[in-house]
Amino acid sequence: MAETINPAQTASFMDEVVAATPGDPHLDRCLQCGTCGGSCPSGPDMDHTPRQLFAMIAAGMKEEVLRSNAPWYCVSCYYCVARCPQEVHITDLMYTLKQLAIKEGLYRESGISNAPGFSQTFIDFVENYGRSFELGLAAKYALRYQPLNAVRMAPMGLGLLRRGRMAIIPKRIKGIDQLKAILARAKALGGTA
Amino acid sequence: MRYGYYPGCSLERNAIAYHQSAVAVAPQLGIELNEIDDWNCCGATEYSSIDLIPAYALIARNLALAEQQQDENGGQLVAPCSACFLNLSKADHYMAEAPDLAEKVNDALSAGGLHYDPGSIQVRHLLDVIVNDVGYDAIKAKVSKPLSGLRVAPYYGCLIVRPGYQAFDDPEYPTSLDKLMRVLGAEVVDYPLKTHCCGGHMTQISRPTALELIRRLLKNAADYEADAIVTVCPMCQLNLDAFQADVNRFFGTDFHIPVLYFTQLIGVALNISPVELGFGKEFVDARPALDKIGTGSPPTGRRRRSREKGLPMPTMSEEG
Amino acid sequence: MSEERVGVYICHCGTNIAGTVDVEDVARWAGEQPHVVVARDYKFMCSSLGQELIEKDIKEFGLTRVVVASCSPHMHEKTFRGACERAGLNPFLFEMANIREQDSWATNDRKAATQKAKALVKAAIERVIHHEPLDPLQVEINSSTLIVGGGIAGITAALELANAGYHVYLVEREPSIGGHMAQLDKTFPTLDCSACILTPKMVEVDQHPNITLLSYSEVEKVEGHLGDFTVTVRKKARHVIEDLCTGCGECERRCPKRVIDNSFEAGLGFRKAIYRPFPQAVPKYPVIDTDNCLWFQIGKCRVCERFCPTGAIDYEQQDELLEIKVGNIILATGYKLFDPRRIPQYGYGRLANVFTSLEFERMVNAAGPTGGRIVLRDGETEPKSVAIIHCVGSRDRNYNEYCSKVCCMYSLKFAHLVHERLPEAEVYNFYIDIRTPGKGYEEFYHRLLEEGTHFIRGRVAEVTDAARQPGEEGKLIVQVEDTLIGKQRRIPVDMVILSAGLEAQPDAREVAQKFGLGCDANGFFVERHPKLDPVATMTDGVFIAGTCQGPRDIPDTVAQGAAAAARIASLISQRVVQMEPVRAHIDEDLCSGCRICNDLCPYNAIVYHEDRQVSEVITALCQGCGACVAACPSGAITEAHFTDEQIMSEIEGILWDVRPQGAHEAALA
Repeated sequence: MAETINPAQTASFMDEVVAATPGDPHLDRCLQCGTCGGSCPSGPDMDHTPRQLFAMIAAGMKEEVLRSNAPWYCVSCYYCVARCPQEVHITDLMYTLKQLAIKEGLYRESGISNAPGFSQTFIDFVENYGRSFELGLAAKYALRYQPLNAVRMAPMGLGLLRRGRMAIIPKRIKGIDQLKAILARAKALGGTA
Repeated sequence: MRYGYYPGCSLERNAIAYHQSAVAVAPQLGIELNEIDDWNCCGATEYSSIDLIPAYALIARNLALAEQQQDENGGQLVAPCSACFLNLSKADHYMAEAPDLAEKVNDALSAGGLHYDPGSIQVRHLLDVIVNDVGYDAIKAKVSKPLSGLRVAPYYGCLIVRPGYQAFDDPEYPTSLDKLMRVLGAEVVDYPLKTHCCGGHMTQISRPTALELIRRLLKNAADYEADAIVTVCPMCQLNLDAFQADVNRFFGTDFHIPVLYFTQLIGVALNISPVELGFGKEFVDARPALDKIGTGSPPTGRRRRSREKGLPMPTMSEEG
Repeated sequence: MSEERVGVYICHCGTNIAGTVDVEDVARWAGEQPHVVVARDYKFMCSSLGQELIEKDIKEFGLTRVVVASCSPHMHEKTFRGACERAGLNPFLFEMANIREQDSWATNDRKAATQKAKALVKAAIERVIHHEPLDPLQVEINSSTLIVGGGIAGITAALELANAGYHVYLVEREPSIGGHMAQLDKTFPTLDCSACILTPKMVEVDQHPNITLLSYSEVEKVEGHLGDFTVTVRKKARHVIEDLCTGCGECERRCPKRVIDNSFEAGLGFRKAIYRPFPQAVPKYPVIDTDNCLWFQIGKCRVCERFCPTGAIDYEQQDELLEIKVGNIILATGYKLFDPRRIPQYGYGRLANVFTSLEFERMVNAAGPTGGRIVLRDGETEPKSVAIIHCVGSRDRNYNEYCSKVCCMYSLKFAHLVHERLPEAEVYNFYIDIRTPGKGYEEFYHRLLEEGTHFIRGRVAEVTDAARQPGEEGKLIVQVEDTLIGKQRRIPVDMVILSAGLEAQPDAREVAQKFGLGCDANGFFVERHPKLDPVATMTDGVFIAGTCQGPRDIPDTVAQGAAAAARIASLISQRVVQMEPVRAHIDEDLCSGCRICNDLCPYNAIVYHEDRQVSEVITALCQGCGACVAACPSGAITEAHFTDEQIMSEIEGILWDVRPQGAHEAALA
């Protein structure tokens, strides 16, 4: 049996996505041509192509959209954006969907749930030091989210260390307190553009 | 020509060779790079996945610092890393387009006593500065050791040309790095995947996805018999170089194509010593490729196709 | 002025105006304005009942001025002037306020719209009381017509007018008429042979006593107005004496210089440096392409001259400038195919076996470079699989946002032709939507479904030769999201055809300026009204037909050519037409003889009398543009129906709610 559509609900999810995206992402222009899904380097790994996600957003299928693995497979290559005939800001929308999936706690069901963990581990270092720290990132992330991979990644890590391409201790910027204050205020301001 | 310089985290360590070679060639090309004091990480592709306003505030702190220090640098900020280049130009772009976003970001910055006016800093990629501000002719005049005999595959990757907040080349078929390599005397292979993705952070998220993307690029460069791949981004270099052995293991292939920064090859052509240019830090040994330099005769323009048989082939320039 | 009696009529235009503007309130308010003796609102003022209302009021109330607030004057000014005239009032004592396009259609804010309607009505009232009775100018129509462009639109129009007994000058830039239609093989959906239906018409043009064909010629200058245009045409040097040439083709055969033919053969074939574009070319005379001719380039050869049996070669021939007089003009300048090099990811210009649609038209044409064989760029191998990509450069904000209208149908035709000539080949059509509005078009699509064409719904992302899998080696891979299954697919094929869209000619804007036309954002010429006046333009006496106005197929193009001819035939048969008496006039007593206006006038309509040291406007040439009026330092020039007083009063009226009364007098003083 077909689902009964609640127009108010469908409009509100579309609005939520657009409001959480910087600038005007032109989501309402999508004409379902599939240029994005065809161009995507990780398209074959996605459960739904970006085009399908946009149709689902228009249909108000919030939970299904935020459970999708597609945004987490996005590699930010911007091919879809460069080629989209309607100038939809697809990559920006993928970032928005990731943020909303984390906010709603639905990312764990995407089947690629270590991706937010990687992002979170990365920014933990940035928030505490002001710079990224590859060794710490690799160790902490691998041990927490990908214990099996840690073993496999170890030789490469050693290779980077041996070539002087990885630091042993993180570098902290002088204005770390200033940065922390800025980020604290930013977080308090909320996530919509 | 003076510029603010934003090296980005990668150039401090894993892409130290990029930093060393950039700093080595800059003065010879008349470029003065003044590092922005106390810059912070741009958030790479990670922060925007978590939270919007903090992600923009993190980037904007750098823009605000660059604005404070712009008197010395003429309001231009150079990033050698494509991801940093994208993030810095993206923040500037959207703060200008969406005043409510700019207001929130500046509210956050004010907690650290900072402020940024969108549009006041022009963000440039190092390649843009070298080919457009220095210019091909000036570089050509400085070449003392032409790269003749070396077949290079110029690899642009994604974020230097797309989506083009500070566009200086075509998003699908850029040519600036090709022209630069020709000016240095190298032979350039025109291979179709030069703007395809290296996998970015996928090596950490979904290894098979990333290795497949890297394999495609290596295969395409190998199909075109490139001696080396030239990059403009530390992430691209890391993925193609450090993961090349992984790709070979995973797919049973046998690629060994060195992956170099474009500034390293400029340095070689300007006869700067390899150590100063950070050579030796790559996983795939660059020496066999570098040994080819000087062995070939410089390319004599494009091969002319015989028109006697078959149908005429359209040329790339519209005038035909 | 004080005794003028004004009637004001506010039109509802159904809900077009009344939906946004409070028309009753505007009418009530208008009735309270000075001079207004009657004000009404009415459902449709343009209806016969609406017009009768005006006529009745003029007689009953003794109205001396009429204002109608409704749509654009382009739409109905003539209608209401007619109503005034029928009731015995001079039609120029009428003024129209546009409260639809300039008001109700521009906003949803009822209060603001109503306020603006009042301002526009007030402006019209203030203006109309200063109107003066005028008589329209009478203009004799020269019965000759200039047609620019010898494609199927221009050919159709030329034959229609010539058969009606009127003379036509047909100017064509290329060495032969025929246009794009001459390049095509078959025409959809009936699959008529294009040349078979076109060439008889070309021959008819050539032989028609009422048609002067000026091929290899371009219009340089246009002066004058409806009924009386003077046009300067540059007849480019062919370097062949037409009176002597028999069209035997010996020169072409002997010419040693082979050139890629980027024009007629769309780059797929060759021609000589002296050439006719195709064997059935009209006229039959060849031209020398001086950019490639060895004699013109290196001063050696003269082979054509040596072998010409009639001595028709003339290397010294110069361009000729001809001046012709016509009463009307039709522009039928056609389109240019979108250049797919602008979409690098489709590989045209880099990947040998990617072809444009026009290249493919030439390839399947029996008279084309391959004799109609469908082969790869090597000229030999037949493809086993062909991909046809729709919407190349169309429906894309990066290039052209509009739909090019013909590509779906010609892509279906291509698929059919591949099935017909290479029954074993697989054919893939990649589309966003299949658009087949037209007689027999949808049926043609159904036929292709039955012929086994693979239709994949998805806009192609890229065409590449970078193989990933063994099955892709040596092929062109078309990468696309098959949107009906939501999966990315890679289809290896031997040949790719890019169904490129239609664009305005690159020099369309220049041409438009030359003929006093407007171009839309895409460079297509703008018609007077998109529905009701599609072949006329804002310039009286200048008409448009075919793809220069927008993408369209052959049947629509032919219909427009005939329509433009019919419009002109109707004007010619009137012999004399009435024109707006909006003309400038110089008061000799005020003229200082400075001559500023002489140089400024774009129509050379102002002469200077040395003896009296004053300038004078030649009314027949004046177009009423007003440039001289604004420029005259002595204020000696007045334009009928646009006097200073009328314009200042109108401005005064529009500012009625923001300006104190009396500002107008101060401004005039």
